[in-house]
Amino acid sequence: MVDKNISERKAKYLQKQRLVDLIVPIIAIIAGLIVGAIFMLIIGAEPIKAYIVLWNSSFGSLRGFGEMLVNTVPLIFTGLAVAFGFKIGLFNIGGDGQFLVSYLAAAYIGYMFQLPMYIHLPFALVAGIIAGGVWGGIAGYLKAKLGIHEVITTIMFNYIALHLVGYLVGGPLKAEGPLPATPKIFDTAKLPRFVPNMRIHYGIFLALAVAVLIYYILWKTTFGYEVRATGQNPDAAQFGGINVARNMVLAMFISGALAGLAGSTQALGLEYRAYQPFGFVGYGFTGIAVALVGKGHPVGVVLGALLFGVLSRGAMMMQSMVGVPKEVIEIIQAIIIMFIASEYIFKYLARKWRERKGGVADAS
Amino acid sequence: MLANLTALLSTTLRMATPLILAALGGMFSERSGVINIALEGIMLIGAFTAMAGSYFFSPWIGVLAAVIVGMIIAAAHALVSISFRADQIVSGTAINIFAAGITGFLLRLIFGDAGQSPSVQDVGTWKIPFIKDIPVIGGVFGEQIPFVYIALIMVGVSYWILFKTPFGLRIRSVGEHPAAADSVGINVIGMRYIAVIMSGFFAGLAGASLSVGLLDLFVKNMSSGRGFIALAAMIFGRWTPQGAMLAALLFGFADALQMLAQTIGLTFVPRQFLLMAPYILTILALTGVIGRSTPPAADGDPYIKEEV
Repeated sequence: MVDKNISERKAKYLQKQRLVDLIVPIIAIIAGLIVGAIFMLIIGAEPIKAYIVLWNSSFGSLRGFGEMLVNTVPLIFTGLAVAFGFKIGLFNIGGDGQFLVSYLAAAYIGYMFQLPMYIHLPFALVAGIIAGGVWGGIAGYLKAKLGIHEVITTIMFNYIALHLVGYLVGGPLKAEGPLPATPKIFDTAKLPRFVPNMRIHYGIFLALAVAVLIYYILWKTTFGYEVRATGQNPDAAQFGGINVARNMVLAMFISGALAGLAGSTQALGLEYRAYQPFGFVGYGFTGIAVALVGKGHPVGVVLGALLFGVLSRGAMMMQSMVGVPKEVIEIIQAIIIMFIASEYIFKYLARKWRERKGGVADAS
Repeated sequence: MLANLTALLSTTLRMATPLILAALGGMFSERSGVINIALEGIMLIGAFTAMAGSYFFSPWIGVLAAVIVGMIIAAAHALVSISFRADQIVSGTAINIFAAGITGFLLRLIFGDAGQSPSVQDVGTWKIPFIKDIPVIGGVFGEQIPFVYIALIMVGVSYWILFKTPFGLRIRSVGEHPAAADSVGINVIGMRYIAVIMSGFFAGLAGASLSVGLLDLFVKNMSSGRGFIALAAMIFGRWTPQGAMLAALLFGFADALQMLAQTIGLTFVPRQFLLMAPYILTILALTGVIGRSTPPAADGDPYIKEEV
């Protein structure tokens, strides 16, 4: 009787939590769009018109849709990277650095070697995975062995990567000529494009496959179970015989490798070489937003990446067609993050509302 | 040679100034238990505000406005991360993204240019009598932008506040052991609010030192990672004002070296190595290779009062 009661309450709680997981991102997105609209009104633009342009820029034509997907590919990877870190309770804020080292590593393999495609392309991808993985794994190691906060180390490693890649591409690995970039990669290392005259490449399918793989790892393997258990309660996991330190290093390696794939696919599918970076593109930071919108679930991450892919695609069009500065998108993005992060306030308000209605405060 | 040395040291001091100010801000926030990676964004907004204030009114009104706006943004970080119990890193990230967006938006709106603002009046320099006539020292300390002196004074003031006043003791206690502080009647939430808002004061001032001090205009994303270097300086300086200052000076020195590399004949070291030095040094400091650096015990943890 008691058991039944508990499992019933648990089921009810889980159902409610799932509802919150769905509702909060939706409220956050709506709030973001409203705030964006307010900024548009301030400058005398028409929000409705701007949002129609935003929508049409991705869904109004095949070309637009393809370009939107091009934006989405790296965000799926960096979103998964942040989400995977969250699952073990680590905050990988170093996606931008992992992006850069993998971007260069993949491009390097792409132009240094001449191999058949079925070896060359996987080789370049694996090189990128290792580069990003090591970059993230170091932070995991420092956290596991010395307890150094991974946020600090990953921020530091972002800038080390920025200047290191800047040095290598501008110096030892620079192609001849005026362009601050590496030589072009060979065709055998390129991620093929599959629609004539469009830039969308096989990276999108790789990203979707990796999202499925991450789902499988997290929910269908022992390692995934250990990762989630550690994220829930590291002390209990340790006590239960889970090697928390090893899992942290491995999880940060995977997280770094995922963010790295964003960089590799950018080099192999889009730019066909590595350019000298003059700052961060910001895929790592947007990945945080993607993971939050997606509530850390791979399916949610893919949807979140699509959302931000649409927004960034629309930003340029809104600027050129209705004169809304493209920075409005960044403001919308920040508002969305803030709202989702403040989930507690929704719960708090809901409780207050129930209390005022005279109901009993919910124990959960 | 002597001229080079003077140039190098005075550039070091100038480049260290925004780092010192922002690091002091980060220190107050983290000493109270709240990580503030929004320093970067608050600096950027501060830099824009100071420039706009100078454009429409006067440079010092710009500085004042930057400080006030900095405190308001920091208050938002406090509200979201202390009261709404949002993840402090997430809140900071959102503010950084917001800062890049809002400053770019306003730059386009007010000045119609996406890259930079027009040149505005800066705060000029202060000359210190007598000192400016001493060789080398005069060249370094004798005539600098006001922010240099303000930053150095603020280091002393911060040390005094943090270690010599009951207020400072309270800040440190809520960052080390909030439950214990609460049990002796210290308002944990209130102290954290004050400390985070103080960090906005310093980060806003640091931003102003960029746009109406070091330069006389606003450039898109001009904080360019200085907020994060300041965070590094604070860690490297072990969460103390004097330590943060010394670390900031070291980082400023690396920056000055790469800026003056041509002049002083330091071309054999790639400038990127000098640029990444602060980050590598900070990692080494954290790992204990050069003296272990340990954060306040409750840094990053939201405080949830136990129900009685």
